[in-house]
Amino acid sequence: MKEILSGNEAIARGAFEAGVKVASAYPGTPSTEILETIVNYKEIDASWAPNEKVAVEVAIGASFGGGRAIACMKHVGVNVAADPLFTLSYTGVGGGFVLVVADDPEMHSSQDEQDSRNYAKFAKVPMLEPADSQECKDFTRIAFELSEQFDAPVMLRSCTRISHGKSIVELAEPVTGLPTPKLVKNPSKLVMLPGNAKIRHPFVEERLVKLAEYGASATLNRVEMRDTEIGIITAGVSYQYVREVLPTASVLKLGMVHPLPMALIKEFAAKVKKLYVVEELDPFIEEQVKAAGIAVIGKEIISRCGELTPGRLRKAFGLPDASQTTVEKLPGRPPNMCPGCPHRGVFYSLSQLKAYVTGDIGCYTLGFMPPLNAMDTCVCMGASISSASGIVRVLSPEEKKKVVAVIGDSTFLHTGINSLMEMAYNQSPATVVILDNRITAMTGRQDNPASGWTLSGGETNAVDLVQLCKAVGIRHVRVVDPLNLEETRAALNEEMERPEPSVIITNRPCVLVKREGVFNKGLLLSVDQDHCTGCKACLKIGCPAIEWQPAPDGKKGKAYIDPLLCNGCDVCRQLCKFNAIGSAK
Amino acid sequence: MSDTITNILLVGVGGQGILLASEVLSETFMQAGYDVKKSEIHGMSQRGGSVVSHVRYGREVHSPIIPEGEGDILFGFEILETYRSLPLLKKGGTVIANDLRIPPPSVLLGQETYPDDLPGKIAALFPDSLLVDGQKLATEAGNVRAANTVLLGAVSKRLDIPDECWIKALEKMVPPKALKVNHAAFQLGRSL
Repeated sequence: MKEILSGNEAIARGAFEAGVKVASAYPGTPSTEILETIVNYKEIDASWAPNEKVAVEVAIGASFGGGRAIACMKHVGVNVAADPLFTLSYTGVGGGFVLVVADDPEMHSSQDEQDSRNYAKFAKVPMLEPADSQECKDFTRIAFELSEQFDAPVMLRSCTRISHGKSIVELAEPVTGLPTPKLVKNPSKLVMLPGNAKIRHPFVEERLVKLAEYGASATLNRVEMRDTEIGIITAGVSYQYVREVLPTASVLKLGMVHPLPMALIKEFAAKVKKLYVVEELDPFIEEQVKAAGIAVIGKEIISRCGELTPGRLRKAFGLPDASQTTVEKLPGRPPNMCPGCPHRGVFYSLSQLKAYVTGDIGCYTLGFMPPLNAMDTCVCMGASISSASGIVRVLSPEEKKKVVAVIGDSTFLHTGINSLMEMAYNQSPATVVILDNRITAMTGRQDNPASGWTLSGGETNAVDLVQLCKAVGIRHVRVVDPLNLEETRAALNEEMERPEPSVIITNRPCVLVKREGVFNKGLLLSVDQDHCTGCKACLKIGCPAIEWQPAPDGKKGKAYIDPLLCNGCDVCRQLCKFNAIGSAK
Repeated sequence: MSDTITNILLVGVGGQGILLASEVLSETFMQAGYDVKKSEIHGMSQRGGSVVSHVRYGREVHSPIIPEGEGDILFGFEILETYRSLPLLKKGGTVIANDLRIPPPSVLLGQETYPDDLPGKIAALFPDSLLVDGQKLATEAGNVRAANTVLLGAVSKRLDIPDECWIKALEKMVPPKALKVNHAAFQLGRSL
């Protein structure tokens, strides 16, 4: 049977066909939909973990117990999960273990564009890289077989264009006859004390040699001989661009990008006149090919930055582009917080108080955008709190007061809780705002340990954020309604003045939460055109529902609220000094 | 089946239903026996930002992204985004768009103005263009929310795909209770 699947859906299907027992992940674009699809296969225990390290460790446990297990994340998630990954490389697996990583070249939705292939080399584990949805499914299945055959965790690398691209997939039946999971004691292999690890390291090195030999003969790596003037080594989505732009070139398409099948590469190089490597981001293949003494062109013509496109590849090879229509510079359309978003009033207040805001990863990073302009730093998940804790240590007592860390509920539980523990432990006098909107919003509304629901839709324990903050030693914890500007501003002002660590938790849910009774739309607002003086105060919150309408013939313009967009949050009404905003009639 | 690949770009603002429309197109082309690839960006762009979805079909499709300047049809959900995306379309390509205006943030704030006469500019650059009031037509068909389906009907008329493939795809992708109005909207679009 054929279906059109995204790469992420196909990876989920591959996991199902491979007989996976346990799947764990923390959401992250472009990887999120893998778990959201896997959960539909009732044979698989699929769940969200608070962070990627925990997700990998849950999967490791399932693997040690003899079940096949998968952990999925975006590229930066591997930074968080690197610790268990590197040691798992030494212990090897029980049931097959696959770590799916989705890179984001071009940073469509990320803070960097690190190339995860380096992790495979660093951790000395095999990595497969599919080039379309069919391969996403097939390679996932093969990855589990390789994991068990070579006693290694296997990484499967996708990227935005593969994960979010759709193509046709021929489905297959799931495997049968896998061994039943059970406890098997093998401490010398699974307890990585130095004495045991010293025995495992040579095994890891030998494994890489065997995997490279396997790669030279495996169907995963494929030679397509055409015209021999140009030979191209490529993998993943880059293969598709090569086929599009250089249809007559000979191609060595790698399905396994680590370890490289150098014997096969040498053979291919000898058959073509001029050899190129076409790869996005780092010269990962190129450097190894060059180190093997093979002449090859790569980053001399292809950028290390951004993703490849057919147009960029054409340019690299000096081929003409299709002629294009040009249009003048137009107003941009950057993403924005939704109408009624509970974060908006907090950022407005922070901006009014001239706070120095250490930010974090989530929808609220958009607090950086004009007109709010209320974010000064954003590094990685959890860094808002710890960097606030650090920055106050170098500031004067007056400037210390200005520092406010802002973090979402999901990010707080991801790694922010460690940072808060540090802040309480070392008594750093900064203020933390936890924007608790009851959901992991940025990635498309996934549940988390504070939401009270699991990935499969079951009700569960919800972390009590107030008690948690108190338990780590924060004495001043308060809850505010972020849609009440006066209350929010007063709370911020008071806690910023306090020479002690303190936490403010906002208590309004994301407007996109569909679950019944969580988000309730307020009364629709409208602008009374007779009372509006055109002072533009309501525009300062940057709500997409409020539009400035310039008046013709030099008169003052007025604000207008789009009734289709307004969620009735009431924040703009509180800003209007002329009582021009009220419930729509 | 020829080796020609047909390239369709769907452009608009995050939240307008571009994803669903591109799914219906992809499903239809698969039903018709073609190879299909589709690509777009989720995530940040969903928060009211510009969205571009690429759908390609033919005997064998390689790149999931339509090469710049090689779009055959530009299926626009909003008029500024349609105009912005014209460079993606090949010279002499077709524009089918909803003449709907969604102001971007800088226009909402009164810092920039929404460009004038975009339909006129589009028609001047691409004579083969159909710009319609999707909301008005959808209301005629029975529901203002079926505007995308009206436009989909108009797009379908430009493509050599058997009717039953469209109908089958709509039936698969559209919730049963919305099917009747979407059928009507689709047929209305085909008559444009």
